[in-house]
Amino acid sequence: MKVLSSYEDGRLTLYFQGELDHHEAAAALRRIGRTMDDYMPRDCVIDMEGLTFMDSSGIALILKVSRLMSEIGGRAWVENAKNQPLKVIDASGIDRMIKISTAVKQ
Amino acid sequence: MKQLNYIKLEFPARSVNEGFARAAAAAFAAQMDPTMEELGDIKTAVSEAVTNAIVHAYPDTVGVVQLRLRALEGDTLEILVRDRGRGIPDVKKAMEPMYSTGGEERSGMGFTIMGSFMDGLKVRSAVGRGTSVTMRKRIRAKAGA
Repeated sequence: MKVLSSYEDGRLTLYFQGELDHHEAAAALRRIGRTMDDYMPRDCVIDMEGLTFMDSSGIALILKVSRLMSEIGGRAWVENAKNQPLKVIDASGIDRMIKISTAVKQ
Repeated sequence: MKQLNYIKLEFPARSVNEGFARAAAAAFAAQMDPTMEELGDIKTAVSEAVTNAIVHAYPDTVGVVQLRLRALEGDTLEILVRDRGRGIPDVKKAMEPMYSTGGEERSGMGFTIMGSFMDGLKVRSAVGRGTSVTMRKRIRAKAGA
């Protein structure tokens, strides 16, 4: 799995690519934590367009990013979730805690 | 139900094997002509069960995880994930949503997702003797097939 990032006007976008499971989650969390320390963003978008698979480790990662953003007075949400990752999100019920956008970018 | 085909695998409880386990399960299930969604469900459930075994069964050692898949009559896939680790003291509690004794990379949603994505889920465990997770998935006939 890869986590790429971009930053503009207070908004950090994390691009998840590949397959996200428990094996990948711990390293991804460390990378995301370092990126947040660098930018201290106001908003954080988790862009899942390039994510082809995730299990419940992805749910833990989303909740952790949301918690990290709350700690620094910001907010996080998910964009472009689709197919299998979206089904896992729906089954988990985390859309009650964090905004999930399923629209794919034009 | 009559068994039509099966595979048995075993591997050390190392997290790097999670991806291999779900890919092997998907490759076996492909003979049953599942939809992409069904294949995703199977990969997800196997990933959850194998990860549970790796994270919880052997906290201090690298034990063995067994994965068995059976194609049964009636277009049914059966998945068994078995470990011989420390066991689960309270299975009912462990299956509650958001309950986890794992690290921050675990959400406690594993059993919830297994139950949601499969048609049947059975968990047996004995403290000190291990855990078996058995799941069944009915592969639906495709429209026009």
